[in-house]
Amino acid sequence: MNQVPDILRILPEVILTVTGVLIMLVDASMPASAPRRPMGWIAALGTTLAIWSSLQQLALPAGTGFFGTVETSPFTVFFHVLVCGIVLVALLLSMDALPETTHHQGEFYALIVFGAVGMCLLTSAVELLVVFIALEISSIATYILAGYRKETGKGPEAAIKYFLLGSFATAFLLYGIALAFGATGTTQVYELARAIPTAANHPLVVASLALMLVGILFKVSAAPFHVWTPDVYEGAPSVVVALLSTAPKAAAFALLLRVVYEIFPSLHALWTPLLWAVAVLSMTVGNLAALRQQNVKRMLAYSSIAHAGYLLAAFAGLGTSGIAAASFYTAAYAAMNVGVFAVIALVSGYDDELPLVSDFRGLLYRSPFLGSLLVFFLVSLVGIPFTGGFFGKFYSFSAAVDGGAIALAIIGLLNSGLAAGYYLRLALTAAQRNTDEESARIAPMAQPKLLAVVALLMAVGATLVLGIVPNQVLHAAQSAAHTLQTPPVVQPAPVMVIDQPVIR
Amino acid sequence: MNQMILTLILLVPLAGAVLVALVPDRAKLPNWIALLTTLATFIFTLHLPAHFVQGQGGFQFEVNRPWIESPAISYHVGVDALSLWLLVLVGLLAPVGVVASWNAVTERRKVFYSLFLVQQTAMVGVFIALDLMLYYGFWELSLVPMAILIAMYGRKDGPKAALKFFLFTFIPSAPLLVAILWMYTQTHTFDFVLLQVLFTHGAFPASALCWLSLAFLFAFAVKVPVFPLHGWLADTFSEAPVALAMVVAGKLGLYSMIRFHIGLFPAQARAAAPWLIALAVIGILYGACLALVQRDFWRLMAFAALSHLSLIVLAIYGFTFTGWAGAVYQILSHGVVDAALFLLLGALEVRYGASQISAYGGVAAKLPRLATFFVIGTLAMIGLPMLSGFVGEFLILSSTFVGVSRGWTIAAAFGVILGAAYMLWLVQRLFYGSTSKLTGETVASDLHPGELAILAPLAVLMLAMGIAPSFWLGTIQSGVHPPPEKATTVLPTSVLVVPAMTISTQREGQR
Repeated sequence: MNQVPDILRILPEVILTVTGVLIMLVDASMPASAPRRPMGWIAALGTTLAIWSSLQQLALPAGTGFFGTVETSPFTVFFHVLVCGIVLVALLLSMDALPETTHHQGEFYALIVFGAVGMCLLTSAVELLVVFIALEISSIATYILAGYRKETGKGPEAAIKYFLLGSFATAFLLYGIALAFGATGTTQVYELARAIPTAANHPLVVASLALMLVGILFKVSAAPFHVWTPDVYEGAPSVVVALLSTAPKAAAFALLLRVVYEIFPSLHALWTPLLWAVAVLSMTVGNLAALRQQNVKRMLAYSSIAHAGYLLAAFAGLGTSGIAAASFYTAAYAAMNVGVFAVIALVSGYDDELPLVSDFRGLLYRSPFLGSLLVFFLVSLVGIPFTGGFFGKFYSFSAAVDGGAIALAIIGLLNSGLAAGYYLRLALTAAQRNTDEESARIAPMAQPKLLAVVALLMAVGATLVLGIVPNQVLHAAQSAAHTLQTPPVVQPAPVMVIDQPVIR
Repeated sequence: MNQMILTLILLVPLAGAVLVALVPDRAKLPNWIALLTTLATFIFTLHLPAHFVQGQGGFQFEVNRPWIESPAISYHVGVDALSLWLLVLVGLLAPVGVVASWNAVTERRKVFYSLFLVQQTAMVGVFIALDLMLYYGFWELSLVPMAILIAMYGRKDGPKAALKFFLFTFIPSAPLLVAILWMYTQTHTFDFVLLQVLFTHGAFPASALCWLSLAFLFAFAVKVPVFPLHGWLADTFSEAPVALAMVVAGKLGLYSMIRFHIGLFPAQARAAAPWLIALAVIGILYGACLALVQRDFWRLMAFAALSHLSLIVLAIYGFTFTGWAGAVYQILSHGVVDAALFLLLGALEVRYGASQISAYGGVAAKLPRLATFFVIGTLAMIGLPMLSGFVGEFLILSSTFVGVSRGWTIAAAFGVILGAAYMLWLVQRLFYGSTSKLTGETVASDLHPGELAILAPLAVLMLAMGIAPSFWLGTIQSGVHPPPEKATTVLPTSVLVVPAMTISTQREGQR
């Protein structure tokens, strides 16, 4: 029955792993003084191959492999391509934005690729223990990346905060998995889905849902589990934040979708109000806090919390429309957020020489290219029509309205009005002229190099495509949603049978 | 050609914007490209009245192509008697705006002109869109270039005014979008023509329609603005570049009120009418009183605009045939007259560098041509017979007197008298009296040929619109009517293409 070789089911992950290991080996065998930029090329090539192989997986019949632990379906392909696309942009950007003197540059690229392995696996795993392992793979890579500027005080602070809180949250997730196993005797997603309705009122099931949600909501930095976000974003290098604020969140949202729509659809009445409240809280807290920030990265960190809230609004939608909206929003958010952090990485520099909003004054004059891109991405984050940000919000809120959560949509849209306040403050500051005294103080902007320009244009292209001709991505999101709604027939999983009393 | 024309009018400014962004900023090149683009757009808009079939109901030059499949958003554009001349007005004001900025904008001309042209596209889009999402898209899009330009080219505190303008207009569009989305979940269409039919004949709960209509009304009332939602107006007027101040208030909001608020929710609009009439009359008097005491001429023009626009709101919600014709006519006249006055005030500011009224005096002796045109504009604005302002005001006041309420009309007429007072007083303080220190010391040249070339046609137009209003009123009256009090049972032809799933309570994807 299972004619597809298992290896094909995890081909992108395999390619990425091989790439990462290759980089480590080549890096170790190179003389210490040699430039590590070529490692970036290897990583970019591997990521491109992973995207390609992921697209090839669409031709496979949807199904599971490795005894029902991973699956390939339009859903997994959607998120694989998204994650790898973000990683590719981040890699190209890093190759130009990392100063030559950065320590352990080879490992930097390897870590990004290993992170991508974890994120990809996270979206395709249908066995909660594999989910946990995937989450750890991606988290550990990102913990290290967050603290890459170890010579500054804020770098290690960011890494340690992220690590401690992150491990804590992962422990919640693991505890949730354990309780789910205790309640049903399985950790396979489809078997759980079948077992849970019969044990619906079991307190263990409810507790397991709650604990898993805590763990995942931490990863997507939704309020009230968001406190780490501004500190980590401020301390981590901007090139890393470009990755950190998008790819792991995309993967975590994929997991959230899988958990609520595939494992716990029967507890719909329970998690809908919960996510409703988290959505409202995230957008309100995020936006109100962002309004008061003077540091650009902290401001955008709070804005990303708010965006997690807009995205969660889609979960108020019914079935397919909600999943499709959430998937689409993830893509739109990733495109514009990776873009805006890329611009900031190039403007502020690796060491964040220009961290404040007021430092961006006159950017449009100093570097018209970066300045206009900054304005463009901010306009998209505001949610102005004909950009990805608009359709993301549009689908998310229309899913909410469709699901009857009109109040949520109104709160969300009022929040985006609030958000416009700080996005525009930055954009308008960039549009102001420098005083003579300021222009004497600020060093002239270096023009971005070719690869960084390519990375930026990829983000611009994605944002525009999602805003003007979103049909194709929308189709992909819808077929992704469809596969999540109609789970395939599960293969018997002989290895996973564990001699435990099964409570059904 | 008729199929293409609206798309052409929409896209030519956008193409111009891209072109301006690409060419080097050298020797007024961006200015010339912007001028040629806007002139070309204007000529294209003239195609519309030339080929418009009068008296034929529904929309003409219509294009309806699917754009996004789910949710079904289509590129549906069209023009009827209401939007026809408004579109020509947008086309006309664009070159006027370019000329007004010719000398006023000296730095970052590429940014200025490309954003100005994007703004044109957005405005054209608002007037032609017949798909609610498309309409909403252009509506929002029009805010961005405006806000950025106010911030970049503001006189004193641009960013603050820009933020105020943006938030004032962006936040009310949140309920608007939710209303549109809710309508979609109920009807599965964003198409204006379909929705209009569905709302007139469908069984929608009255409370839902009431909320929807309020969401629409709120967004439009801020944009017009209607008293007491005018908080952004004065700051925006005193900061915005002249070319944008001409277009920022009025047209978009008033058009949207007629087309979408009254067009979709006639019964609810009638219910809200007494309130709006009261607010409009308050706005007329309040604006006029505040205009009397302003020290800065941009702020004076802002409150004058509030007063004049409120008069149009009064006419719209009076629901009389003549009143509506007068309202549309007054939008056109106000657009032309305001453009001329703004251009002149901008020219004055460029020459003397001040917008304080008290700094001026005796300019007429130095710049006679500028003064002459300003007086003509003023007379048109205060409604002197034979000039454009008279026709609209007369139609509005007489129809309100007969059809709505005598008390309100008398109150509104006071506003018109006050209007004459503040405008004439402004003329006196700026152009006559003794020469002030500023005007005495500054060497200024009179209007240059470029300004004359654009002002002379505007003055002729004011005269023509005053003498032969029937040329415009004919088209307007043939197609712009307030909805009848009771919904008729005669279905428009378009109902024949209503898809099968029109009003269904069943939701997609419900499980």
